Amino acid sequence: MYNYLFGWHLQAKLVGAPLEAYMDINKLKRISQYQWQIPRQGEMNVDGIIFATPELLEGMDEKVCEQVSNVAKLPGIVDASYAMPDAHWGYGFCIGGVAAFDPEKGGVISAGGVGFDISCGVRTLNTALTVDDIAGLHADIGETLFKRIPAGIGSTGKLSLKKSRMDDALAGGAKWAVDHGYGDKRDLRFIEEQGCMAGADPSKVSDYAKRRQESEVGTLGSGNHYLEIQRVDKIYDKKAAQAFGIRVGDIKISIHCGSRGLGHQIGTEFLKKMVTSAPSYGLTLPDRELACSPINSKVGQDYLGAMRAGINCALANRQVLTHIVRQAFEAILPKASISLLYDVSHNTCKLEEYAVNGRNRKLYVHRKGATRAFGPGHGGLPAEYRHVGQPVLIGGTMGTASHILVGTEESKSLAFASACHGAGRNMSRRAATKKWRGREMVDKLKSQGIIIRSRSMRGIAEESPGAYKDVDAVVDVTDKAKLAKKVARLVPLICVKG
Amino acid sequence: MDEKGWEHFYHQADIGVRGVGPNLSDAFEQTALALMAVICNPENIALTQQVNIERTCDDTELLLADWLNALIYEMATRNMLFGKFQVHIEDGKLTAKAWGEKANPEKHETAVEVKGATYTELKVQQNKDETWIAQCVVDV
Repeated sequence: MYNYLFGWHLQAKLVGAPLEAYMDINKLKRISQYQWQIPRQGEMNVDGIIFATPELLEGMDEKVCEQVSNVAKLPGIVDASYAMPDAHWGYGFCIGGVAAFDPEKGGVISAGGVGFDISCGVRTLNTALTVDDIAGLHADIGETLFKRIPAGIGSTGKLSLKKSRMDDALAGGAKWAVDHGYGDKRDLRFIEEQGCMAGADPSKVSDYAKRRQESEVGTLGSGNHYLEIQRVDKIYDKKAAQAFGIRVGDIKISIHCGSRGLGHQIGTEFLKKMVTSAPSYGLTLPDRELACSPINSKVGQDYLGAMRAGINCALANRQVLTHIVRQAFEAILPKASISLLYDVSHNTCKLEEYAVNGRNRKLYVHRKGATRAFGPGHGGLPAEYRHVGQPVLIGGTMGTASHILVGTEESKSLAFASACHGAGRNMSRRAATKKWRGREMVDKLKSQGIIIRSRSMRGIAEESPGAYKDVDAVVDVTDKAKLAKKVARLVPLICVKG
Repeated sequence: MDEKGWEHFYHQADIGVRGVGPNLSDAFEQTALALMAVICNPENIALTQQVNIERTCDDTELLLADWLNALIYEMATRNMLFGKFQVHIEDGKLTAKAWGEKANPEKHETAVEVKGATYTELKVQQNKDETWIAQCVVDV
């Protein structure tokens, strides 16, 4: 579509910018079938550990290795700097990165370790519907959802929140949304933090961030965000599936989105604050993109308060979207009876307790493109799920499966109870638009029984399933490495893309 | 330099934006066009509305990120897209005008929203031929 008049390689050479380069597997030490170590060296405080197969490793950008090593250099990091099987090159931390920091040991908190889309995550809804109930209605459902769900650039939500009401939403999260008529109190039990992140401090969120969110509450966003109607295709773990309410042939609805403009603005502002204040805290950053602050510092605490408000923003957003979905089904299939299976984020930093060298320590666990995966018996889980563990919701692409996994007993000692978050890209957006056309992709998926609704054909080309890693392979490694255990596989039927 | 002084550069998940120009201000203008081209084709944007932007930062590289983030903010809050820029930089102070119109997904074939400019591959430098390069990776 565009002419690049001067050579990309020429300019890249001038500034030493990266060209595509894949990971050299020989640099890593295999310490178990699915764990690859970057041994501690130089300024690294701990080892790096990547969970993968040789095939997934070879598909990762070499920058993943560099970023995992750089995170290992940050003060107060505990155990190791981890990367999940879907890891890819991010900014500062890789996507799929997990790192825990001890505030008592000078540990840091990093805006780049959470990501711009604070608390981006997946919410999966149970319905009383089966494939037979929606037979012949796929196009109608797609059309109704497409009309009602604000998605893509320039879309605005029906709810406009001025400052004081915005502060209430940022303090209350999904609970605020339910209190204002968006959903049912029962929903809250099936959301991380029971729908309201404690410790949120809306006063640490700038007016710019609030202004940016004013008309974005209840919007899907763009890029890899989506709302999908899915069919349960396979069940791997009957006990957990029963607890979560999953049977083969069931219709589930999944929403993937985050904290929208508010989160992006918080990330942007604190990235700069952390870079410019680092010298005053005596921090020498391996790279500016690793901007961070000591947890026990003013900037660190301010970010924590703002980031937690960002988490609530995302939880409120997904709650409002759920309400719109319920209204849409009320109009087409009133017997849908939509309830929450679970809502879990994959861009967060959370205070959690882990045994380290035989002593319980409260650590700040960064998960950037990684899903929290608490094992059975964890007190933070709803009573219905506590005996099996936390649902781990893994989104695929618009043409491939999504998966529901469950946290394992082993996970907390593997990577601070964390698992993968999705397929992970393996091709740039630019390369994807050169390879595929949006309209052709819509037709191709239609022939496979998948309806795609989007305002942007270029967006669809960029999000082509082939631009991502094989989600089934990513999930298989996650399962075999015991980060989380497979429960069910869901295939897409209707997808509204942002 | 021919008519276009911008390009995108490789990043596995996000996208790199790079502008080149005979001076720093021109390079910043071109990087802004590269940013717009992530979202849509900047040539399709009517230049009917003007927005003024001012940012100050002693660090020229951070000023580039500030400039791009200011545009992202204006686009988000005004629901606009921009197609033309005029930048003036002096002593760490950027004064700019951006021209564009209201976003229309059908007309502009918008692909993806940019969340923010990152400090990854953030570089502002003068080449041996005295042209300036300004670049970074943006999160989409």
